[in-house]
Amino acid sequence: MVEEVHAVFAAGELARLIEVLVRRGYAVVGPTVRDGAIVYDKLESVRDLPAGWTDEQAAGYYRLKRREDEALFGYVVGPQSWKKYLHPAEVRLWSAERLRGEGLPGERQGGTFRILNNETKPQAPQAFLGVRACELAAIAVQDRVLLEDKYRDAVYGGRRAGAFLIAVECTQSAATCFCASMGTGPAVGKGPDLVLTELFGAGGHRFLARAGSERGAEVLAEIETSPAQDADTQAAEAGVKQAAAQQVRSIDNNGIKELLYQNFDHPRWDHVAARCLTCANCTMVCPTCFCTTVEDVSDVTGDHAERWRRWDSCFTQNFSYIHGGSVRTSTKARYRQWMTHKLASWIDQFGSSGCVGCGRCITWCPVGIDITEEVRALRDGGGHGNS
Amino acid sequence: MATAVMTDPMLPQPYLVREVSKETPDTFTLKLAPEDGGSSSAFQPGQFSMLWVFGVGELPISISGDPAKHEQLVYTVRSVGQATNAFVSQSVGTGVGVRGPFGAGWPVEAARGHDVIVVAGGIGLAPLRPVIYEVLHHRQDYGRLVVLYGARSPRDLLYRKELAAWARHRDTQVLVTVDYGGMSWRGHVGVVTTLFKYARLKPANSVAMVCGPEIMMRFVTRELVSHGMSHNDVYLSMERNMKCAVGFCGHCQYGPHFICKDGPVFPYEQMRPLLDKYEL
Amino acid sequence: METLERILAEHPFFAGLESYYTGLLVGCGANVRFQPGSYIFKEGEEANEFYLIRSGRVALEIFAPQHKPIVVETLEEGDILGWSWLLPPYLWKFHAHAMQDTRAIALDGKCLRTKCEQNHDLGYEVLKRFAQIMERRLEAARLQLLDVYAVR
Repeated sequence: MVEEVHAVFAAGELARLIEVLVRRGYAVVGPTVRDGAIVYDKLESVRDLPAGWTDEQAAGYYRLKRREDEALFGYVVGPQSWKKYLHPAEVRLWSAERLRGEGLPGERQGGTFRILNNETKPQAPQAFLGVRACELAAIAVQDRVLLEDKYRDAVYGGRRAGAFLIAVECTQSAATCFCASMGTGPAVGKGPDLVLTELFGAGGHRFLARAGSERGAEVLAEIETSPAQDADTQAAEAGVKQAAAQQVRSIDNNGIKELLYQNFDHPRWDHVAARCLTCANCTMVCPTCFCTTVEDVSDVTGDHAERWRRWDSCFTQNFSYIHGGSVRTSTKARYRQWMTHKLASWIDQFGSSGCVGCGRCITWCPVGIDITEEVRALRDGGGHGNS
Repeated sequence: MATAVMTDPMLPQPYLVREVSKETPDTFTLKLAPEDGGSSSAFQPGQFSMLWVFGVGELPISISGDPAKHEQLVYTVRSVGQATNAFVSQSVGTGVGVRGPFGAGWPVEAARGHDVIVVAGGIGLAPLRPVIYEVLHHRQDYGRLVVLYGARSPRDLLYRKELAAWARHRDTQVLVTVDYGGMSWRGHVGVVTTLFKYARLKPANSVAMVCGPEIMMRFVTRELVSHGMSHNDVYLSMERNMKCAVGFCGHCQYGPHFICKDGPVFPYEQMRPLLDKYEL
Repeated sequence: METLERILAEHPFFAGLESYYTGLLVGCGANVRFQPGSYIFKEGEEANEFYLIRSGRVALEIFAPQHKPIVVETLEEGDILGWSWLLPPYLWKFHAHAMQDTRAIALDGKCLRTKCEQNHDLGYEVLKRFAQIMERRLEAARLQLLDVYAVR
């Protein structure tokens, strides 16, 4: 049983924390600045963190701006999420070698094959540094889909079991955030191995820390910490409250399932279809979207075949293809499918909303479609389900 | 000998083609058995397998053999594109990867003690054939068996010899029709819904199982309901794009249902709010 | 041995019709039988009666110059054959070809037609019933047209 004991360590100790993780065999991944955004990548050291950077977000808008301080986690969320590692964009499931049948060399007819279960795996277990509350909620959502339903996804399961999660609480929100209304943040709940809150002020640049697991406590014990004072915990709480107060967007989830199920023919769908490009950005940046496709490839000799799994999106024309044509050919049908699945069907399928309120789909939509605005429009247009 | 155990559901098991027979100009039946000589996995009528052709791709195909004789797995496949054509073109002895069986099957257990109505359109008879086998094997556990089957033309009819043999069982009525009769067809001509008036049905005590093109299933269901059948006693086998068959790729979703694991067989009551929604 | 009257009264097509009218029809009805291969009526002929099929199978055919007639639909036990007697020009549009030994009750359409002109209540009842038959045949024909089993 891990006690909820708060400790404090100086910002400089973060480097030691990373070293401890590396010594324990983890590949540390976390935020870094690249190509004008804060993305997730392997961290060689603390210097790779986006010190002094913050992100300014709006519908269809993302810019990095310099902060006045040197906060290491002074941003909100970037275009990527941890599904990049847990549910990778590209993974080889297995390969097969053809054993030639009788006949001339190179003859393709007949013959059997051997399957080699050689899924591409990461070299070492990974430590995720900088997991936001919404991202923790997204990981829990994907856990439910990929590990706790009828079948178990071995690819996700293997990566998830080894992953060490270090959450960093938000003390600011972006204009696109709405985790408070989705009940997924900004406060971090159970699940991560370590929870950090970055603080400034009288106590200096420091981190409030608490362990969420045995191994989290062990790692924390290996760096220099001191017991947290009331001022520290209060500053952290205030920061999280401030982040919640800053949020300007929200979704009213009352009766949302009925709202979407009963408004299949609402004129609003035409309105959003006129703007949507079906570019699939939203599904790529969404931390809970899990759809994939499989691709069978073989080499020029035809003797060696591989089966790859890749991210897919319900926005593509071919996603719903069956012989004779696709079922959802119009943009309207595809946008409606995505939004209905995310906010409504997901509840029937997995017992919770598929949306964690991270706001990425709003930021990264090239035309700025706002899912919170679309929900409001469905309600205001005389839709049902406002009980 | 070791049976083919389903370990990782994403990993195909090596099977060999043991027999290939031609049913119609574009439809073939292939029988597969595990390469290691063991017995194939048992299956429920209505379940399907993912069949992998080396380097070409995978096909979701309903198992159309006898559930009591599952040493071999039997599949009837219509050649409609590159992958299906590659599959039906394989010769005896070729290796095929098999995953499964997957899905929720026909309610053969719940139908015990009732009359069974099987309505098939085109290739839809293939996923229903295991039901007919099951009922005929346990004849005394079921009431009357009515098989209504419609195909495009006489040369597209599947399992003609078996259809005749089934009709000879007691309390069993088999009615066959075609949309286009051609020159020498002396049987019934008309869509499969026209067979209903000739069928001896007792809707109150029947369970109906329907499989075929979606338009056909909608009209047949309407006909069954107009004859007094309850929405919970009519079952449909639905079809959508499938990539994984285990509920992870997301492609087969139909409303809130994953056709691969919640279906492909569904009671009409669950499908009723969805069937007339365009581009769902 | 069942009487004509009972057969007609029990048939769903005549349900709800006043017994006076059913009696009228019985008066103009007769048992008929067609050998396999014979034609009950041919396209273009005057349409004066309609049939209630009691057993056997009748094919509705269209004559085409280059080949044998094409069967568009078959009718069997319980089906009503023929409605062209009811509406002008009172000519058959298809061949009706008995494919098996077929027994039917032939009903005097010409007589019934005259009665419908005189008694519009009767006319309405008859037209209602035939409209239902036509609607079902049209629905079935449209489904046939869709060619649902074809590969797109």
